[in-house]
Amino acid sequence: MSQGILLFIEQRDGVLNRTSFEAMVAAQGIASATGEKLSAVVLGKAIDGVASEAASKKLDAVHTVQDDKLAEYTPDGYVAALKQVVEKLDPRFVILSHTYQVRDFAPKLAASLGKTFVTDCVGYRVEGSEVVFTRQVFQGKINTDVRMVAEPPILASFQAGAYRADKAEAGDSAAPITPFEINLTDVQIRTQLEPKFQEAKQAVDLSQAPLIVAVGRGIKSQENIEMVQKLVEALGAEIAASRPICDNEWLPMDRQIGSSGQTVSPKLYLAVGISGAIQHVVGMKNSQTIVAINKDAEAPIFDIADYGIVGDLFDIVPALTAEITRVKSEGK
Amino acid sequence: MNIVVCLKQVPKKDSILRIGSDGKWIDERDISYEMSEADAYALEEALRQKEKHGGEVIVVSLGPERARQSIKEALAKGADRAIHLFDSVFDTATDSAAVARAISAALKDEKYDLILTGLQSDDYGFAQVGLIVAEQLGLPSATIVMEVQPEDSAVRVKRELESGWFQWVRLPMPALLTIQSGINQLRYATLKGIMAAKKKEIREVKAADIGLTSDDLKPGQVIERAYLPEKTKRTEFIEGKPAEAAAKLVEKLRFDARVI
Repeated sequence: MSQGILLFIEQRDGVLNRTSFEAMVAAQGIASATGEKLSAVVLGKAIDGVASEAASKKLDAVHTVQDDKLAEYTPDGYVAALKQVVEKLDPRFVILSHTYQVRDFAPKLAASLGKTFVTDCVGYRVEGSEVVFTRQVFQGKINTDVRMVAEPPILASFQAGAYRADKAEAGDSAAPITPFEINLTDVQIRTQLEPKFQEAKQAVDLSQAPLIVAVGRGIKSQENIEMVQKLVEALGAEIAASRPICDNEWLPMDRQIGSSGQTVSPKLYLAVGISGAIQHVVGMKNSQTIVAINKDAEAPIFDIADYGIVGDLFDIVPALTAEITRVKSEGK
Repeated sequence: MNIVVCLKQVPKKDSILRIGSDGKWIDERDISYEMSEADAYALEEALRQKEKHGGEVIVVSLGPERARQSIKEALAKGADRAIHLFDSVFDTATDSAAVARAISAALKDEKYDLILTGLQSDDYGFAQVGLIVAEQLGLPSATIVMEVQPEDSAVRVKRELESGWFQWVRLPMPALLTIQSGINQLRYATLKGIMAAKKKEIREVKAADIGLTSDDLKPGQVIERAYLPEKTKRTEFIEGKPAEAAAKLVEKLRFDARVI
C-alpha cells in the first residue's frame, strides 16, 4: 500500500531551486495533517551540497540519485530515474514545484507511471486521509477544488509563490541522506544539449526602480505606447510591460516583468491595461503599492491592487498625466 | 516535413466569466470561443515550417461541434486537413491524460515528423496534454520552445528556461514540441484561404473509431467546485470621470500611500 510523501528537490548546476522550499511548505503541511512521513529526492551528479541543504529541513529522509546520465537535466534521464524511485518507494503523493523544469518532465513521468498529475496548485485541504487540491483556471480568474479519483501515487505541483520558502520548517537534527540505487544502463537520452545562455545582457535593471508604470495588452497598438510614455515621464518612472507587449516588440524584452522577465518590488507599480495573468503577477506582486487601470472590473490584477480604476485607459492615462504634471508644477 | 498541430478551442480572452449553476465550471451560455493562444502560435509555426520545407500540416482537435469553427480557421490559414475528435463519449475526458489518450489513438496511423502543441491552454492550463501524448507515442519532447530549426532527421530547438535563460537542444524526429506564445507573428486567414478551406477534409472521429470506450476516458481527477478567488488585498476602487478619478488617485498616492 502506498505510504509517505515524496518531495522533488530541483537543482541546476548544484544550486538548489528556492521554489523547492516553497513546495516543501505544502509537503510538510500535508505530511503533518495526514500523519505521513515526508522524504525528499534530489537527482544529479555532485549534489551533496544540495542534499545537505535539503536535509537541514524537517524531513524524515533525503534520497540522492546520482548517475552520469543525470549530470545535466534531460527529460529522458529524469523520467527514467524518478520512475524507478517512485515505483520503489510507492508514496501516496509526489510533490513538486511548478517550475519550467518540472513542466518539462513531470507530465511524462505521470504518464509513464500511469498516474494522475494535478498541476500548478495554489493550495490544498486535507479531509480525513484525502487531499483536495486548489488550482486556478482561466489564468487566475477562477479557482477550482480538485478531487483525486485515481489510485496513488498522486503527483501534485505547486505554483511559484503559492507558499513562502522561509516558512519551510527546519529539522531538529539533519535528516539522514541515503543514496538511492537505480539502473539507467538501458536508458537512452535522446536530447542533445547545448550550453545554457542568457540573451543580450539586460540593459535595464528594473529591480532598482522606485516607480514603475507597466503596460499590457489593453494598450492595443504600438502607437499608443507614446501616451503611456508621457505618464512615465511626468512621474519620473521607468516603463515596463507584460509579455505580449515585448513579444510584439512594442517595447524591448528587457522591459518585461514576470516569470520569463524581471521580478520587481517598487514603491509604486502602476499597471495600465494589464489583466494580471499569473505569469505577470509573480514578477510584481510584492510591490509596495499597486495601482491598476483596466476596463474589466473582473480582471485578476484587481485582486492584488491597492487602488483600482475601472475604465477606459485611453481617457484615464492622459488625465492622470495632466494631474501629475499639474501637481508637480505647483511644487507640491 | 509533416507536422501535426493539436488545437484547443477556449472561451475568448476578454469573456466575462460566471460560475455555472452546478458550481463546477463556468456558465458556458453567451460565451464566444477562439483558438487557445499558444495553440495559435503552434499552428503558425507549423505553417511557416511547411512553407520552408514542404509537407503537410494536419490539425487535430477534441471538442464539441463549436470546435469546428476553430478547425476551419486553421484550415483557412493554411493547414491541409483536420481530424475532429467529436463524440459525446469524449465529454467525460476532462483531464489531460484522458484527452491525451484520445489524441494519441487518433494519431496512431498518421505519419508525421513533428507534433506541435501550445505550452498550455488558456482555460484549464494543465500544461500536460502534449507531453502525455509524447509519452504514449514514445516520442522525445521539448517544452516552452522559442525557435524551431529542422535538420535532416533531427530538430534543433531553443527552449526558454527561467529568469531569462535559454538553451538549444537537439531531438531526433519524430518529436513533440510545446510552443511558447510569441514565437512568431500570427497571420490572418485570407479570403482566398477561407474559400480554399471549404474543400479541405475535416475527418470526424468517434471514440469507437479509434478503439476507445468511456472506460478508457475516465479522468483521474475531477473538479468538485469552481469559484471566484478570494481577494488577498482589499482594492480601493476610485470612481468618477477621468479627470476626477485621476485627481483622487494622485491625492491617495501622495498623502495615503506616500509613494509619489
